[in-house]
Amino acid sequence: MSTTAPTIPTRLRVPERDPGTRDSASFGAKAKIAVRDLDFYYGKSQALHGVSLQIPERIVMAFIGPSGCGKSTFLRTLNRMNDVIAGTRVSGEVLMDGVDVYQPGTDVVELRRKVGMVFQKSNPFPKSIFDNVAYGLRINRLTATKSELAERVEQALKDAALWNEVKDRLRTSALSLSGGQQQRLCIARALAIRPEVVLMDEPASALDPVATHKIEELIVELKKQYTIVIVTHNMQQAARVSDTTAFFLLGKLIEVNSTEKMFTNPDEKLTEDYITGRFG
Amino acid sequence: MEYHRHPDDELDSLRDRVLLLGGEAETALERAMKALMERDSELARQVLNQDDKIDQLEVEVDRQCIDIIALRQPAARDLRFVISVAKMAPVLERIADHAANIARVAIDLNNEPELKSVVDLGRMSEHGLRMLRAALDAFTSGDAAAAREVILSDAEINELYNHVFHQLIEMMVTEPSTATRDARLLFVAKHLERIGDYVTDICELTVYMAEAAFIKHFK
Repeated sequence: MSTTAPTIPTRLRVPERDPGTRDSASFGAKAKIAVRDLDFYYGKSQALHGVSLQIPERIVMAFIGPSGCGKSTFLRTLNRMNDVIAGTRVSGEVLMDGVDVYQPGTDVVELRRKVGMVFQKSNPFPKSIFDNVAYGLRINRLTATKSELAERVEQALKDAALWNEVKDRLRTSALSLSGGQQQRLCIARALAIRPEVVLMDEPASALDPVATHKIEELIVELKKQYTIVIVTHNMQQAARVSDTTAFFLLGKLIEVNSTEKMFTNPDEKLTEDYITGRFG
Repeated sequence: MEYHRHPDDELDSLRDRVLLLGGEAETALERAMKALMERDSELARQVLNQDDKIDQLEVEVDRQCIDIIALRQPAARDLRFVISVAKMAPVLERIADHAANIARVAIDLNNEPELKSVVDLGRMSEHGLRMLRAALDAFTSGDAAAAREVILSDAEINELYNHVFHQLIEMMVTEPSTATRDARLLFVAKHLERIGDYVTDICELTVYMAEAAFIKHFK
C-alpha cells in the first residue's frame, strides 16, 4: 500500500510574504558596502571575529547588541576611524562600491569624505553655526565662490532639518544651540561635503525624546539620498528607523535580518533572548 | 501593574489570567448545555450569574496587555504572545456570551413541555467543548500543529449543524405546535456553530504566536 504525505489544506498554509515589503526589499538591493571575514584586534585582544555583512544602498541599517559587543568598533572600520588608535590591526575586506578601503594606497581623507560620521556626543567647533557647516567645504576646497559656499551651507542645514531654526542667526556661536540642535548641526556638517554613507554612533543617546524624535525623522528622510548605518542601544529606536538590523554579540555578527522580522520573529535564539531582555 | 517585576512574571500572570478566562468560558458552555439537556434552570441561572465575572476578566486581560505593551515594549515571541492574548480575550468572552444565550434558551424551554430529543445537538455540544479544550491546550503549550488540527475539526461541527438544522425544520413541519420551541433549539445550534468559529480564531492566534505566521483569511 502506498502512502502519501498528508496535504496541508490551503486554509492552513502559511502565506508567502508580499515581496514588496521592506522584509525582502533591502536584501535585493545593490550592496553599497560589502564586508567579508573581518577580524579586528586591539593589540592582542580580538574585538571582531570574521564578520561578513552587506549594506545595500540607500537604506538605514541599525547595529544592536550589548556594550562591548563590537558594534561601534565595526562601524568605525567602515571609514577606517580605528586607524587613529595605536596598536589596532584589521584583516579581511571592507568593499565600498566594490573597492577594498583597506587596500594600500587608499586615500583615507577621501574615504572619510565619502563616509561621514556623527558621534554620540555632539561636537560642534567653537565657531559660528555657518562656519561649522562650511568647515569641511573650506578645508577640502569644495566650493569656488562665496555664494556657492553659502548655498551649500544652506542646503546642508535644510537637509538636516535645522535651517528654519537657525537661518536668522547663522553668525552666532554653535555652542548657543540646544543639545538636539547641536547634534543636527553636526549632521549638517557631515552632509555639507556630500558623503555617500553616513555612520551614526548613538546619535540620539544624549537627547531628550523631542530632540530624539527630530533626529529619527531626519534619519528616515536622509535615506532617500544616503546610506545610513546607525549604532544604537535603544532597540525601539532601531525598530523605528531602520530597514535592516544586525545583532552583534562578543565580537560576532549573530544575525542580520529585516528589522520587521528581527523584532517579531528573529531566526536566532540569541537574538530573541537579547531583544526580549532575557540575555544572560 | 506592579513595578519592577520580572518581565517573565508579568507574562506568566497574563497567561494565567487568559487561561482563567478560557476556563470560565468552557465551564459556562458545559453548564449551559447541561442545563438545556437536563432541564436544570438553576444551573442555567448560575451560567448567567457568572457572565459579569467573565466580562470583568476580559477587561483585566485587556488592561494587562496594554500595560505590558506600554511599559515593557515586548518584542519577538513576547510581542506575539501579548498580541495573541489581547485578540483572544474578546473571543473567549464571546464564547461565554453564546453560552449565556444557550442558558437563557434553557430557562425558557424548561418552562414548557419537554421536546423530542435532538441527538445531534448533544454531539455538537460535545464536539464544541472538545475543540475549545484542545484549543486552550494548544495555546498553553504553543503547539501550532495541534492548533491546526483543531481548526480542521471545525468542519465536523458545521456538518452537525446542518443535520440539526434539517432535523429541526422537519420537526417544525411535522408538528407545527412545537415550532416555537424548535426554533429556540435552532438558535442553540447556531450558537454552537459560532462557537466552533471562535475556537478556530483562537487556534489561528496560537499559530501566529508559535510561528509568526498569519493563516487567517487565506483560503
